[in-house]
Amino acid sequence: MFTKPFHYNLLYLLLLVAALLLPFYVPDAYIFQIVIMSFLFAIATSSMNLIIGFAGQASLAHGAFFGIGAYGVAIMTKAGLSFWLALPLAALISAGIGAVIGIPSLRTRGHYFAIVTLCFGVILWIVAGNWIQLTGGHNGIFGIPLPSSIPIPFLGEIDFYSQTAQYYLALTFLLLTLFVLHRLIYSMFGLTFMAMRNNEPLADAVGIDPFTTKLMAFVIANFIAGMAGGIYASIIGAVSPSAASHLMTFNFLIYVILGGIATLSGSVIGAFAIPIIMELLQFLGDYRMLIFGALLVVVIIYFPQGFVGGLRQLNQKVVAWRQPKQTEGANVSR
Amino acid sequence: MFLVKSLTKHFDGIIAVQDVTFTINQGEILAIIGPNGAGKSTVFNLMTGTITPTSGMVFMEKVRISGLPPNKVAVKGIARTFQTTSLFDQLRVIDNLLIGYKYRTRIGFWNTLLHTPAWKRYQTEAFMRAMEMLEFLGLADKAEYFIPALSQEEQKRLAIGIAMVSKPRILLLDEPTGGLIQEETDRITRLIERIRDQGTTVCIIEHKMQMIMGLADRIVVLNYGKKIAEGTPDEIKSNQAVIEAYLGGEVHV
Amino acid sequence: MELLLQQIFNGIMFGSTYAIVALGLTLVMGILSIPNFAHGHLYMLGGYITFFFISATGLGFWLSMLLSVITLGLIGVLMERMVYRPLTDQPHINAFIAAIGALLFLEALALVVWGPQGLRIPNPYPQNIQFLGITMGLQRLLVIGGAAVLILCLHLFMKKTLMGTTIEAVAQNREGAMLNGINVNRVSAITFGISSATAAIAASFLSPIFMLSPSMGAILGMKAFIIVILGGMGSIPGAILGGYILGLIEALGGGYVSAAYKDVFAFGALIVILSFKPTGIFGKKEA
Repeated sequence: MFTKPFHYNLLYLLLLVAALLLPFYVPDAYIFQIVIMSFLFAIATSSMNLIIGFAGQASLAHGAFFGIGAYGVAIMTKAGLSFWLALPLAALISAGIGAVIGIPSLRTRGHYFAIVTLCFGVILWIVAGNWIQLTGGHNGIFGIPLPSSIPIPFLGEIDFYSQTAQYYLALTFLLLTLFVLHRLIYSMFGLTFMAMRNNEPLADAVGIDPFTTKLMAFVIANFIAGMAGGIYASIIGAVSPSAASHLMTFNFLIYVILGGIATLSGSVIGAFAIPIIMELLQFLGDYRMLIFGALLVVVIIYFPQGFVGGLRQLNQKVVAWRQPKQTEGANVSR
Repeated sequence: MFLVKSLTKHFDGIIAVQDVTFTINQGEILAIIGPNGAGKSTVFNLMTGTITPTSGMVFMEKVRISGLPPNKVAVKGIARTFQTTSLFDQLRVIDNLLIGYKYRTRIGFWNTLLHTPAWKRYQTEAFMRAMEMLEFLGLADKAEYFIPALSQEEQKRLAIGIAMVSKPRILLLDEPTGGLIQEETDRITRLIERIRDQGTTVCIIEHKMQMIMGLADRIVVLNYGKKIAEGTPDEIKSNQAVIEAYLGGEVHV
Repeated sequence: MELLLQQIFNGIMFGSTYAIVALGLTLVMGILSIPNFAHGHLYMLGGYITFFFISATGLGFWLSMLLSVITLGLIGVLMERMVYRPLTDQPHINAFIAAIGALLFLEALALVVWGPQGLRIPNPYPQNIQFLGITMGLQRLLVIGGAAVLILCLHLFMKKTLMGTTIEAVAQNREGAMLNGINVNRVSAITFGISSATAAIAASFLSPIFMLSPSMGAILGMKAFIIVILGGMGSIPGAILGGYILGLIEALGGGYVSAAYKDVFAFGALIVILSFKPTGIFGKKEA
């Protein structure tokens, strides 16, 4: 009932093969690093899409939860904890703080939720910059250890010193995230999220508790954002308040919107393509944000469904053009 | 089966509903009628927890439901539709019905994540029930349609379907034929009769007197937020208070 | 005692700025129910444009300010027309995103034109006045006095002129106003213009005291938002009172508790208050 046509599966398989082979034809270490970061941003962006795109709640604290994960892993691994223990803990802390923020603020609607979450993001950013004993203040935390090696019986161990290993680590977590989100979204569980976005009073009237449902989406999204932040801190080796700032949130938001809101592939495309486009546009310097700001306005006015949504519309038009009768029938019955 | 007792609601000092009492019996169709602004929809909203009463209580099988939020009322087997057709219009027809059935399942986070046998069972059960409902509504061939591709009558049918898919004990319909022409109204009326025949109790708000007189077993008449009459269609037709109330407003009787 | 008075004086000065900025924002939110996240950035741009006229043309402070106010008014009208009006009938979240696009654009614009380093408008009134044992810069007094005059003027405008009452009518009942033949689009554009112009006034008053920087609008814009939410969307007294209260809380909190966490007070207060009263202190119940 939720299956996709065959040619989509083939497309995804090809993309997966391309992703697995990517380390063999990536031109240089700098680009490689950007690709790895894109994957981590894609994890955060997909989870932001869960709360904003699918559940329809404008959470503007996603950067903050990414930051909580990053600082969490940084502080815990520097204190000697294994990365593999610190990462789930940091994600849980992120989800837990998310619940603490969500419980009061998800009772509010629309504007209010967006503003409360934005304010929380700013508070966290200020705290990260000033709580020097814990966060290192504006300089942040340096020398965060890489993920510790995973021993494999009889074969040695997997270490994460090489970029290639880090790449596969990021890819694994991205695939895991997409797998989980796909399962959650394309089921009756995910339908309840979309019911919140689409018609909350009706969902309430058919026995779905709006508050619990929204809180669940928010907590899941923040768990994943914290996880992405944790991996980010460990691979980069440093974290500063900018990783937790509202600018981070805005970046994720740009990826979500330009890629295509409420589509899983859109988030990945947005998070992957835009940082690379940004790099290619490096020569423009400060003009880049000028272009992106204007682009964001234009897209939201003329193509509110983003890149993937645009493609879908195009596809529908092609289908309609091929089978003119069927669509006419639908129009007549209206 | 369903008891509304001394229900009163004030909005900023305006009395919208005052001391309304009536019961709904198992298996009947009870209609609530009255001129515009008589407080019919407010009574519905009070019965389903959308708004909380200033005083008075609502009971379902001797269990008090007033004061509960709408979703807690719904899981007690009380389903409703809204005056303006309310659907999940960004989703497909089948998805609308699946959401309507959701609370009957135990599909939660872990079940869904792990695709447990329970998840599969519930997902199949919901799907079967949704298809059955589509059949019942006469929309079986439109499961995959998006809502804007449906006609107005089909949308109204679907709205009833979303309420009925979870097999409620009682169905509250708020003007289910508003804005429809006679022919379409007749078809919806037959649908409501079939729902009653299946054993679901129905409470309906309507303006169309002719339709109500033929459909309802009993009628409660509201005017200015008060109950002015209650009885069978024949009793209501000859009730002096009702005739007076309607002569001032609409002249459908 | 003197420290306390000094903090109160500073608090009133900041509060004056907050009140004006929040006033502009509440007008726009009340009229269009548009979350103009970019309002703080319009304030920032206003400061820079005043700076531009002073440094590039050599015009005096007041004349430059006037030109800046006019420019910002036009920018506001343009922004309403190009960014927000096309989104009137779309979900709220789209307007949020458009606002974020607009603020990124404005910040980048300032960065490109004036660079990241702080700039300062030469202080037209550098003198100090001693009063009750505290030192008051004349320019700071001007901020307080100017704000009071501006608030009074806006009050008279809203209550005594046809345009003002029309704005109020549209804010209260958009459909009704439309049915009565009011050109709602025109009113929206004018409101946006006024809102942006007042932001430019606030920025011009304050910029001789504090450095201009492209990012200075972000935090101020968010504080204005908090004031508007807590004071009730569209409520003018709420914005004014909220502005002064926030200024005082910050000055006292910053002086007596912690200067680094000064900004946290405002944001924390919002979260706490909204948790208990989801529609704000003076807020109307949502329909």
